[in-house]
Amino acid sequence: MKLYCLSGHPTLPCNVLKFKSTTIMLDCGLDMTSTLNFLPLPLVQSPRLSNLPGWSLKDGNAFLDKELKECSGHVFVDSVPEFCLPETELIDLSTVDVILISNYHCMMALPYITEYTGFSGTVYATEPTVQIGRLLMEELVNFIERVPKAQSASLWKNKDIQRLLPSPLKDAVEVSTWRRCYTMQEVNSALSKIQLVGYSQKIPMDQASLKNSDVLILTGLTQIPTANPDGMVGEFCSNLALTVRNGGNVLVPCYPSGVIYDLLECLYQYIDSAGLSNIPFYFISPVANSSLEFSQIFAEWLCHNKQTKVYLPEPPFPHAELIQTNKLKHYPSLHGDFSSDFRQPCVVFTGHPSLRFGDVVHFMELWGKSSLNTVIFTEPDFSYLEALAPYQPLAMKCIYCPIDTRLNFIQVSKLLKEVQPLHVVCPEQYTQPPPAQSHRMDLMIDCQPPAMSYRRAEVLALPFKRRYEKIEIMPELADTLVPMEIKPGISLATVSAVLHTKDNKHVLQPPPRPAQPTGGKKRKRATEDIPDCKVLKPLLSGSIPVEQFVQTLEKHGFSDIKVEDTAKGHIVLLQEAETLIQIEEDSTHIICDNDEMLRVRLRDLVLKFLQKF
Amino acid sequence: MTEGLPVPSPAGLAGISSLTMDPECSQLLPALCAVLADPRQPMADDTCLEKLLDWFKTITEAGSSLLLLQENPCLVELLCHMLKPQDLSSRVLSFSLRLTGVLAAQEDCFQYLQEDSSLFVASAAGQLLVHILGLSMQGPAGGPPSLEAGDWPACAQKIVGHIEESLRATATPQITQALNVLTTTFGHCHDPWTQVLWVQLSPLVASLLEKDPVPAAHSLVDLLLSVARSPGLSSSSCGLWETLAQTLSRLSPTQAGPLALGILKLQDCPQALRAQAFAVLLQPLACVLKATAQDPGPSGVPPGTVGASVAAGTPLSSKAACVGLLCRSLAHLELLLPLPQRPCPWPQAPLLGAAVTLLQLCGGSARPACDTGRHLGTLLLGCVRVQRAALDFLGALSDGTGPRELVTQVFAVLLEYLRSPDSSPTVLKKAFQATFRWLLSSPKTPGCWDLDPHALLFLRDLLPVLQKRLCSPCWEVRDSSLEFLTQMTRHWGGQAGFRHALLASEVPKLTEQLLRDPESYVRASAVTAMGQLSSQGLCVPPAGPEHPGGPQKSLLVELLHILSTDSEGFPRRAVMQVFTQWLRDSHADVAGDAEQFVAGVLQVASQDLDWEVRAQGLELALVFLEQTLGQPRSHCPYAVTPPVEAPVGPLAQALQPLCRVRLFDFAFRALFDCDRPVAQKSCDLLLFLRAKTASPSGLQESRSSPDVASVEAALQSWQAGDQAQPLGDLEPEVVLAVLRSLDLEGLRGALAESSDHVERSPQSLLQDMLATVGVLGENEADCY
Repeated sequence: MKLYCLSGHPTLPCNVLKFKSTTIMLDCGLDMTSTLNFLPLPLVQSPRLSNLPGWSLKDGNAFLDKELKECSGHVFVDSVPEFCLPETELIDLSTVDVILISNYHCMMALPYITEYTGFSGTVYATEPTVQIGRLLMEELVNFIERVPKAQSASLWKNKDIQRLLPSPLKDAVEVSTWRRCYTMQEVNSALSKIQLVGYSQKIPMDQASLKNSDVLILTGLTQIPTANPDGMVGEFCSNLALTVRNGGNVLVPCYPSGVIYDLLECLYQYIDSAGLSNIPFYFISPVANSSLEFSQIFAEWLCHNKQTKVYLPEPPFPHAELIQTNKLKHYPSLHGDFSSDFRQPCVVFTGHPSLRFGDVVHFMELWGKSSLNTVIFTEPDFSYLEALAPYQPLAMKCIYCPIDTRLNFIQVSKLLKEVQPLHVVCPEQYTQPPPAQSHRMDLMIDCQPPAMSYRRAEVLALPFKRRYEKIEIMPELADTLVPMEIKPGISLATVSAVLHTKDNKHVLQPPPRPAQPTGGKKRKRATEDIPDCKVLKPLLSGSIPVEQFVQTLEKHGFSDIKVEDTAKGHIVLLQEAETLIQIEEDSTHIICDNDEMLRVRLRDLVLKFLQKF
Repeated sequence: MTEGLPVPSPAGLAGISSLTMDPECSQLLPALCAVLADPRQPMADDTCLEKLLDWFKTITEAGSSLLLLQENPCLVELLCHMLKPQDLSSRVLSFSLRLTGVLAAQEDCFQYLQEDSSLFVASAAGQLLVHILGLSMQGPAGGPPSLEAGDWPACAQKIVGHIEESLRATATPQITQALNVLTTTFGHCHDPWTQVLWVQLSPLVASLLEKDPVPAAHSLVDLLLSVARSPGLSSSSCGLWETLAQTLSRLSPTQAGPLALGILKLQDCPQALRAQAFAVLLQPLACVLKATAQDPGPSGVPPGTVGASVAAGTPLSSKAACVGLLCRSLAHLELLLPLPQRPCPWPQAPLLGAAVTLLQLCGGSARPACDTGRHLGTLLLGCVRVQRAALDFLGALSDGTGPRELVTQVFAVLLEYLRSPDSSPTVLKKAFQATFRWLLSSPKTPGCWDLDPHALLFLRDLLPVLQKRLCSPCWEVRDSSLEFLTQMTRHWGGQAGFRHALLASEVPKLTEQLLRDPESYVRASAVTAMGQLSSQGLCVPPAGPEHPGGPQKSLLVELLHILSTDSEGFPRRAVMQVFTQWLRDSHADVAGDAEQFVAGVLQVASQDLDWEVRAQGLELALVFLEQTLGQPRSHCPYAVTPPVEAPVGPLAQALQPLCRVRLFDFAFRALFDCDRPVAQKSCDLLLFLRAKTASPSGLQESRSSPDVASVEAALQSWQAGDQAQPLGDLEPEVVLAVLRSLDLEGLRGALAESSDHVERSPQSLLQDMLATVGVLGENEADCY
């Protein structure tokens, strides 16, 4: 069993598992942190951004000044943002049979895989994953396509040139493989390859099925293990209220789905108590409307508390009420209706959390100059300091309240105790405490045997041994068997059947009856596409008594026969015919020099000593 | 009209005086005893048994127990009945045993009961045994008993024998019982014979220490401390110190803690033992310091504190044990801290270091160098119990000093807790409290009450945190932030450094907004905080045209609005307190037109449904009264009283302002308030006023004018429960006449009786008990 690790990002994994004859891709995450190296795409012409000075080498050489711009000591690529794709050279991705997607964050690289690699398999995902994943992709494509960039920088990617650049550009990995965003057409094509998986799992996840697994691949844990989500939500509300009460605006860079629902719910409970009832909340995203609507109809995927609300007249999330009471307004873009409704002070939720594209770029430019305003980072995917770098110097307040509800290390430790997997595989980042908290031994995976770690472009041989499996035979099939006793107490029978394997259980079922020729048009339908039942060669059993065999050979005219004993049996040498018969416990070989007639004669003589069935 | 108004007479209560057994109760008692003796009639509620016992105690304290037993033979029958082996409820058995003890406390009664010789020996009840032992050792003639145990009365020897036997037993409950009997004995009786008893029994007690584990450790600790505290024993001569030292080393750290604390509280005790006891208390913290020390140098705690067990880390190995031990250790040290007999030198710096380290470990900011330390960090991370205990302890340590760098660390860790989004509301509250205590203790420049420069720097970091906390979605956090602000303002509100920092922040503005918080507790705290800020002139003028009258006026209006409209009691009470304080301090806003202010407030307060608001209204009225008539009595003879102008004109003139603010209307109404504290307060106020106005050369009272009659008529109808009748405008003369005619003393006496005195009468108790078991006469006939 082998694991091909195509992504090094612990929360955006893309692993390929090869086992027996199956190749499965587990998740298909897209590392977007590469976009932090690019200048933001302003929705409205920004004189500040367009007047940034070009970057030149220490010796004054300015040949890169069209591609690289400098802002407050940082260098940015002035080009359409590009993403770091999963590794495509490690394994032939056209051999992947199946892609399993666990959640919408881990499918953003899907179009790159399904549309460019010759992939011809099936993608499996649940409905909310597909729907929300589509929204995220749609928003991403929209954000990038609506700000066309004439220029495309590529000179800086040259390895010899990259070496000369300042950090972090100098250290960026695999820049030659970075790609521009896909198109909506590619998104649609990729999504069309997805087969929806029905709802059959329990929420919260039923761990019983994971119990005693051979290998547990652990990815996507919390990125901010020191931040407790509840505390952070409180922090978010406090800072929001503090800003608004002082007459400032609050900007919340966010994805159009996910944590935003929780933030809106929290604010719903909080705004009255905080005296914020008159403060408008704006949610700006090309998919804002769909996102708010979708969240209300996937109730069976939510926690128990929310599920029960499905049977009540009220929707699972309270943001519907915020919309009804006009406290929350949503717009596809800051152009259009928004500009006439816009009232300050206000709270704006908008993307993208990288601050490199989307409406958020405009608000950063608009509000960045006043210390009354606050930008509150809640998405943990991007370093907020790096995200802010092209906006420096910045007067507005910045608050970092990362809300990451993924499993933390305490929960993982409990999970491992309960599930007791034989082996744990995880990204290398989880096998030691985070660099900034090197003393926190609790912030790593601690298990026995120690977890196997992987990094980008590594292939792990998983310590999983094949072993004999128990197979059940259906009673009607067993009825048809005719055992033959070959030794006292040992009987054999041949079986023709279809092996049905599911959930590690193997069952032999009677083979489907061959279709009766109806005389009319013979149409072959997919369901009748049964395995071919070839004419079977008989199986042999028994042993060959060497002395009798030699006598028989002599009877049939072979002379000059010599028998040699070997460790495993005997070798009968027909010296005249230059032929050798090697008799061992479980095999017999006739080695003759291109004399097929002789071989067949000898074979038939051997077969006389064996039983057929 | 010369007679007083009819008020409930104390004489009417005489019939239910509980000091003697009245005939009605005596009649009920046999039936009740029968019920108690009958196991088929279980007493569902044992609180009534407790009440019954209390009543018997009162009776026996007031009179003769013997007489009680003789007049109520059913009691002796009940006690004898209990001795028979039967299926008795433990509640009734315990009641009977304790009743026996209560009765036997009187010598003649003891003798009376002693006639039934098997009574005491049969019962192994601890309390009783102690009393009997004590009584038997006093001897009938009161002469000193023999100090030879062999010469002791047979009864005493029998009891001691029983105790010895119990101490040798293998079953822990039996040992516990024996130890408890001894604990009570040494606690109550300090006669010389107790030393003989201890000398005789101490080898048996010491032998308990050889068992593993030590049985009944808690009871053993109690006994040893009881012996050590007993003035009847000369501790040095009877080997007690050795036993204590041995016990300290034998018990587990958790069990040894209370013993160590007890030893350190003893007045005279060998220094070595004190050091050993202190080491026990310090050990868990020493382990923490050792595990987290960056360099393994001396930790500063007394030598010998960190024993060999630290290496193995036994006490701090599991989370539950570690947390429990640390919390107890911190609590014990906190108790020890203010005591005069606390160990000297007190290791202030290491303890400060340990408290800071613990808080850092819990918060995840500590960086222990070794594995033990990291393990400790994992155990303590986010542990609210340890955080609370450590913050309390840290606050208590503020009474002492510390090295500058350590104090800097204290403020840093406090700021870390105040800032952390993960601090739970209770932890945050304690962090605020500790912060306040440390700010109070920060060094002061002589002659200047302002915060020192370091504290002012800290304040600069603190105020943004406070701002954020005032906006917390958690109301408990908003509430404790406001309380903290109030405390700070009360202390430093007049100091330039503090004022400057506070006014430069958004805190006053945010506080003002919290007056409209949806949570009533927060509104109440905001009212108090705003009152304090306003008193110190720290309110910020609100921007906007809706507050034309200036900031101070608008706050007064806002508070009056809360008083008259808030649906919850807490904010309204807080407003009344603020108003009272403002009036007392002659707050600029109030002093301008105090009469109008008082009249307005009293009018609103009189309508309030919350009795505390009405009671506070009387407090305000009293302040106004004192200010109007001059201060006749000072609650504290040393208090500096502001010079109050004595009434210059005749009394009528002085009373005019009180009449104008309708103070009497309010007070008279309150006199017949359905809530007793209000009536009591009003009664006190009127008594004070009457004393103040009782000058012979005073005003001509109009004793029989039609006005007085109508007022009295109104008051009578009020007392009858009809408060609708208006009092009309009162003239000073009428008020004085009414004051004289009211039987205020009688009323005060009646009010002094508890409000539920009727319900708490013994007769009612007996009736209730019988009623619950359904044996009150006629019901019996219906039952088949």
